[in-house]
Amino acid sequence: MKCDHCGKPATIHLTKVVNKDVVSLHLCAACEKQAELIPEGPGPAINLPALLALLMGQTPGSLTCPACGLKYAMFKNEGRLGCPHDYDAFRAALEPLLVRIHRGTAHAGKVPKTIAARLELAALKAQLTAAVAAENYEEAARLRDRIRQKEGPG
Amino acid sequence: MNLDSLLPNLGEWLRGAGPDTDVVVSTRIRLARNLANFPFTSRANPHQKSETEAKVREAFAKADLAVRPKYLNVTTLPALDRQFLVERQLISRELANVLEGPRGVAFDDRETVSIMVNEEDHLRLQVLRSGLALDEAWAEIDKVDDALEAKLVYAFHDQFGYLTACPTNVGTGMRASVMLHLPALGITKQIEKVFRALQKINLVVRGLYGEGSRASGDLYQISNQVTLGKSETRVLTEIREVIAMILQYERQARQVLIRERKQAEQDRVARALGTLGSAIEITSEETMELLSAVRLGIHLNFVDDITPLTLNQLFIHTQSAHLQKLMGTPLDGEERNAARARYLRNKLRELGANPK
Repeated sequence: MKCDHCGKPATIHLTKVVNKDVVSLHLCAACEKQAELIPEGPGPAINLPALLALLMGQTPGSLTCPACGLKYAMFKNEGRLGCPHDYDAFRAALEPLLVRIHRGTAHAGKVPKTIAARLELAALKAQLTAAVAAENYEEAARLRDRIRQKEGPG
Repeated sequence: MNLDSLLPNLGEWLRGAGPDTDVVVSTRIRLARNLANFPFTSRANPHQKSETEAKVREAFAKADLAVRPKYLNVTTLPALDRQFLVERQLISRELANVLEGPRGVAFDDRETVSIMVNEEDHLRLQVLRSGLALDEAWAEIDKVDDALEAKLVYAFHDQFGYLTACPTNVGTGMRASVMLHLPALGITKQIEKVFRALQKINLVVRGLYGEGSRASGDLYQISNQVTLGKSETRVLTEIREVIAMILQYERQARQVLIRERKQAEQDRVARALGTLGSAIEITSEETMELLSAVRLGIHLNFVDDITPLTLNQLFIHTQSAHLQKLMGTPLDGEERNAARARYLRNKLRELGANPK
């Protein structure tokens, strides 16, 4: 079957029923993208734990936290997590749940002071790497000094 | 500590003074925090709970706090004392009656700060304020949290923020609640409409004693639901805007009452005072309903001789555990209803409270 727009082989076939009229649409991937018929997926981030779980034939219910031994199915029953590590162990299953509860998956707000310092240092180091890669040595030197200052003596 | 020493005082949230106290009873902010490297309370064994308790108590002793709270072991507390602390909003019903093992609460003399240990989360910090005082409450709890954080390692995740036993609290771990007295919206039957609107914007309405409790005496707690993805200040701003709207509705509804049915309202308030001052037995539910009418009467200027502070005193002292402590003896249901009525008769006679 050929694309309705450009005649290349069609890979997307859509059937719409509007007031009992059946309308069929056949498009190639490029034309579909242009027409934006199907909404893009939820961003480029690959959910690695979910993918792994799928490949290993695991359902979310059998996910187990290596630290406290809680199974996701038990969490679903009781509504309480077992330990802080569950958030990583169950991440694939928890994220959709968090979206439903909070309409968000990333914290915005207060950060403990020790962690704020670590995050800032990590950001500076990333900037340093970028500056070196861009051969912006003046900026790199400035960043290096700031990192040394933050890391303190020793 | 002998808890009877708290009886003569009302605690900060019942002070009856502060911004917008014609409608707002109190403001409460709580933060849920957990220690890294420990299972959450529900999955901790007694030994681990003792460990978290010891660590937190050490932090209480060493932290740079303006006022050092006193720690009370809830496990060894008699049931009546636990109920007494629930009524004063210093601990949750869960900490009092449901949870097991090492657990407790630390609070200061003024009862503004209370910190529950080994509740659903290892730490539940709470700040109470009389009237509408979200900014002050946040400033204070933020400071207490900073001081404890310097002595403890909190469970914190770069993406998810403060980690909590229930995913409904993860992120900021913050729940800000404002307790409102909304009798006029109730009388004019607009309250359901207001609450339906609140649910659409992700705010929750609860009764006086939190989750699952019934709204009685026209008292409602409005609080945020979302803790992940919005900063504390943004959540507080959203609540403040909504509260401002509800205050306006309630005040308008009160004006309508004065304009359209003043005599009927005066009558209702006077009859409430009459019943409170003459009943032989009275349940706590009926007391709450009648005190709600008197509270409205005070703000509509229908009542002399009773201040908001006195009303709050009647309100807290007629609750089951407070009443039994005042009488100095445990009382069963029927005895309580008689003791409550006796207390109210004496108190109102003392005040010489009469409707205008």
